[in-house]
Amino acid sequence: MKIHICLTGIKTIILDCNNISQYSVFLINSALMNRRDIMSAVNPDQYSYPSVFIYGHRATGKSHVVLSIMKDLELPHASVDCVECVSSGLLFHQVLSAFFGPDAAALLPRCPSLSDFVRLYKQMSSNSPATQTRYIILDRAERMRDMDFSLLPALLRLQELVNDNVTVILLSEIVWEKFRPNTGCFEPLLFHFPDYSKGKSLVQILSWDHHPSYTPELYASYINILLGVFFSVCRDLRELRHLAVLNFSKFCEPLEKGEAKESDIHKLWKNIEPHLQRAMQTVYLREVSSVQWEQQQMDEKEATTLRVLSAHAHIELPYYSKFLLIAAYLASFNPARTDRRFFLKSHGKIRKTNFLKKHEKTSNHLLGPKPFPLDRLMAIFYSVVDSRVAPTASVFSQISSLVTLQLLSQVGHDDQLDSPKYKCSVSLDFILAISRCVCVCVRLLDLLALSLVIQSQVVRQERSLFTAVSNLHLL
Amino acid sequence: MSEIPLTSSVSKGCFVFKSASKKRKRHVGVGGYLVDDSDENGSDRFRICQKLWETVQTNTEVIQDQLNKKVLDSLAEFIKKHGLGCSSDVWRQRGRETPTAALMLGVNVPDHAMTFRSLCNLLQDSVTPFVVSVHAKECAAVKLLIQKVLEQLMGRGVSVDEEQEDDTALLQRTQCTISALCQWYKTVTKKCTQVFPQRTESLTNSDLPQSLPVVVIFKDFEAFNSQVLQDFILICRWDLCSEMCYSSIKFLPFIFIFGIATSPSAIQHRLPHSVSSLLCIEVFHSLSCTQHLASVFDKLILNSQFPFKLSSRVIQVLVGIFLYHDFSVQNFVKGLQFSMLEHFKSQPLSMLCCQKQEALLSAKTLSKKNVERIRHLPSFMRYVETQEPQEQVRLLTNDEHVKEVCQKLLKNLHKYHKNYYPILQCLHSLTSSLPKFPLGKHIRELHVSCIEKNLWETEEYDSALQLLRILAKDELVVALRKCAEILKSTKILQNVLQQLEDFIGRLEALEGVSSEDSSGNGILSGKMEYQKTDLFQLQKTLLEKESRRTKRMNPFEVLRSQVIEFIDSLVREYLTPAELQPLNEVCYYSSSGVLRQRLNVTPRTSIQAALSHPFYYLQNESLKTDAGTISSAAPDLCIVYKLHLECGRLINLYDWLEAFLTVMSAAEDQDTNSEECGKYDSLKHARFIQAVSEMEFLGFIKSTKQKTDHVARLTWGGC
Repeated sequence: MKIHICLTGIKTIILDCNNISQYSVFLINSALMNRRDIMSAVNPDQYSYPSVFIYGHRATGKSHVVLSIMKDLELPHASVDCVECVSSGLLFHQVLSAFFGPDAAALLPRCPSLSDFVRLYKQMSSNSPATQTRYIILDRAERMRDMDFSLLPALLRLQELVNDNVTVILLSEIVWEKFRPNTGCFEPLLFHFPDYSKGKSLVQILSWDHHPSYTPELYASYINILLGVFFSVCRDLRELRHLAVLNFSKFCEPLEKGEAKESDIHKLWKNIEPHLQRAMQTVYLREVSSVQWEQQQMDEKEATTLRVLSAHAHIELPYYSKFLLIAAYLASFNPARTDRRFFLKSHGKIRKTNFLKKHEKTSNHLLGPKPFPLDRLMAIFYSVVDSRVAPTASVFSQISSLVTLQLLSQVGHDDQLDSPKYKCSVSLDFILAISRCVCVCVRLLDLLALSLVIQSQVVRQERSLFTAVSNLHLL
Repeated sequence: MSEIPLTSSVSKGCFVFKSASKKRKRHVGVGGYLVDDSDENGSDRFRICQKLWETVQTNTEVIQDQLNKKVLDSLAEFIKKHGLGCSSDVWRQRGRETPTAALMLGVNVPDHAMTFRSLCNLLQDSVTPFVVSVHAKECAAVKLLIQKVLEQLMGRGVSVDEEQEDDTALLQRTQCTISALCQWYKTVTKKCTQVFPQRTESLTNSDLPQSLPVVVIFKDFEAFNSQVLQDFILICRWDLCSEMCYSSIKFLPFIFIFGIATSPSAIQHRLPHSVSSLLCIEVFHSLSCTQHLASVFDKLILNSQFPFKLSSRVIQVLVGIFLYHDFSVQNFVKGLQFSMLEHFKSQPLSMLCCQKQEALLSAKTLSKKNVERIRHLPSFMRYVETQEPQEQVRLLTNDEHVKEVCQKLLKNLHKYHKNYYPILQCLHSLTSSLPKFPLGKHIRELHVSCIEKNLWETEEYDSALQLLRILAKDELVVALRKCAEILKSTKILQNVLQQLEDFIGRLEALEGVSSEDSSGNGILSGKMEYQKTDLFQLQKTLLEKESRRTKRMNPFEVLRSQVIEFIDSLVREYLTPAELQPLNEVCYYSSSGVLRQRLNVTPRTSIQAALSHPFYYLQNESLKTDAGTISSAAPDLCIVYKLHLECGRLINLYDWLEAFLTVMSAAEDQDTNSEECGKYDSLKHARFIQAVSEMEFLGFIKSTKQKTDHVARLTWGGC
């Protein structure tokens, strides 16, 4: 098995590869050590294991390690990014042209099936039998699940199908359990790339690209400060490197001005810490582009606050579109039963005690927008808008343009003609901003207030929840 | 040239060939339609209309270019900064971020096309030949998006040198990958540097490898499927790994431009962090559409050079559509075009609606019919009534005299317009700074109220003058200066300008005098102490003064009231409503009802009108009925519709059929005394079923499972 060679060749790789992979190679080394029993059972003369599945989070060095090994040992391999393969045909094409040259790939028919691929592969490999194991590396293999149903099981045992010494290596960010098809399939060899730990590995790796004009110790302490701020929200090595490069010049500023020495870590920390906090709120979320961030650092003007992306939340809309959106919001978040009470002047008496059913007392904002039919939207629209509006074609076309602007979203596609259903997909703040600038009549504000008062108590709690959820997502 | 067209097919069969001559025939038709017209000057009107429309088009394009210049230039600058002279080293330093411009364009999506067209042209001329613009509806999947990008790029590359045309024409779908694009890009850039060595020198002064950026414009960002966008950005990203290890080295300096209609936060809503972290986004704002409309309005409507005018109602309809419905300047211009076409089509005298000289010339050669038409114009009749009896007789009998008078009146009309607009602007500049905008914030509102009625009779005008009367001196001088500027730039109304400057001079000369006066004549003019700065104080003192009439005004106040009176007189003289001008019908298009009916259509009302009053559309005498009755002569659909109006939410089909048969047989009773009256008739049954299915097709009813043999009604009211 060729991975043996990897093990023996690790030293050369460490010498050749650049810094990041070094650590990762250690990792794969240790991972392989655990599997030593499997490997020792395999005779190098025999065919290698048909398929290997490597998983781990983003930026843990999966593809980097695999590809560096392939390159350094000059193994025959075809590396394919599955995002790029919009059809399985492209995948076959790339594999064939990597192994047997573009002429072989040109022999594929126009819409190649799996059997076409296998046939061609067999034909080609009989012409030029493998001296070494051939490797097919499929990056972002999770996309394979969206492709042809039979493709993944077939690739897992491609060796049997083509009768050639070939190994398929799948790289993915998600675990193998999510891949396994219902019908079962050949179980590949699993490898896990664990996340980098904070203390050792991340500092080590990040310290490798230190600035030539400063000492490595200084850079390491900078990295420590950086990780102190960002580690709680981000463990992506690439992102951290990016942030480190962006903010390093600010860190060095006191040194260049001569205000501090390299040993004054505390002073340097005081200087950089608020800056990094700000970076977390802006650059990290891409509210401010990194170029703008750098420019701001150069300008040295702290007073100029950059206009962040989400600051431009205001949207200019035509008059009736605003009302349509408000109506849609009301329709989406109010129960249909309450319409009569809110929008009719002479609504019947409703006993207060059981006006709202128990399940309706939980905030409608927590439950999210509910779909509503077009008729209800129009009825609320007419009662909300202060003047008489003719049901013109342009009012209806505004609904569809709101849909294309993604302020409304259309639900279900079965009954498009008779009763299309919509959902409102804008936030409460947005609606309040709109109604504030549109409200000439007090009635509408009352209405909004009335309908929102039921929900408003929970809104605050809900917001904190949202932020918590988004933080969780980041982790 | 009777050549048999060739097909690429090898099989035998029938092929449809669209004849090429069809278009030519159509063009001959335009003249043909006009000749058929009983009117002899139809072609003249067509020509004038055509000419006017061309000026409208060029003007709007010029305005658009002017307004967009700033944002487009900054965009081009952005792309130059990121794209040109950047070697792969710089890109690597930049991390893996693709430079992205978020271009905010406002919600009027149809208007964006023009902006993008000029953006494309600008970029291709000044920055890079590789500009691709994609539309969401063409790119439902990543495959299609990549294909579109490749097609546009490679097609464009071919146009640079023509040898490769055959190769790229055979571009297969299987090769539609970014790596294929990379290969192509490498070869093309090599050629480009050979073809334009002087260009590259001018663009990059360093010896870095030249890389022209590939600009991809997403025209409607919101409409794109987010998965497609994510995948495309991932594929196009500049990755260290891929550079090092993949077989085809990916280096394509992509730059994205997102055309965003809503707000920049749409990017973050659409893309997850893992993808948006690959972008380096900068935001560019284009001008708001209301400003755009204002400049179009200034150029096309508030312009004496443009002979075609709109009446106040028509302006209100057009502006209303803009503000209430679509925010689209293009639609506004289309509305203007439509009203122009309507005017020139429906008003035969519109041939006088052109530049002054031309109009006078055609007034001289008016035909007998047209002279008669002039006599029937309401404004002309009003004019005749004001004349002496002798003159009246001459006007009504002597054609030649009418022609002469007509020329005179046309001259007056042109003069009226020439004077009207500068004075309007003056009044607007005076009143636009007043609190609460009594005469409207925009000049179009002032214009509408001026041409609609006597402005000086309105309350708003009174309150505006009241506010002007309490202006402080420096404010007044500034406002008058502005007016003087406006008048100076127009070079007419020199006497007004003279007077205005005279007033300004006197106001300024007052500087020393007024202070002396207030101190010297302080005792004389009572306890009044005049303060210039505080508006509130001023108002109070003014009120005090009102109560004590006996008090003398100081010189400034005297002068100020003179100025206001002067302005008032100007308004009364020049800002008279257009409807009072004789022969205004020649220039003014006033049928707002038609315009509303055509531009702001109500399909449902017209369907209901057609169903409940079939006479309205069919114009058949037998269909005329009183309201409330159901005529059996009406089409089946109308009968069924009227019957269904009497039902509740669910309609029993059998009852409906019975009612239908009753109506039908009522007609037969009158015709023949047939014995099978009321009997079940399969023909009638079939007719009923057909009518009901038509009702379903029109969306008035739908089948329901709630009750057997019932259908649900979908509309309410409309009786």
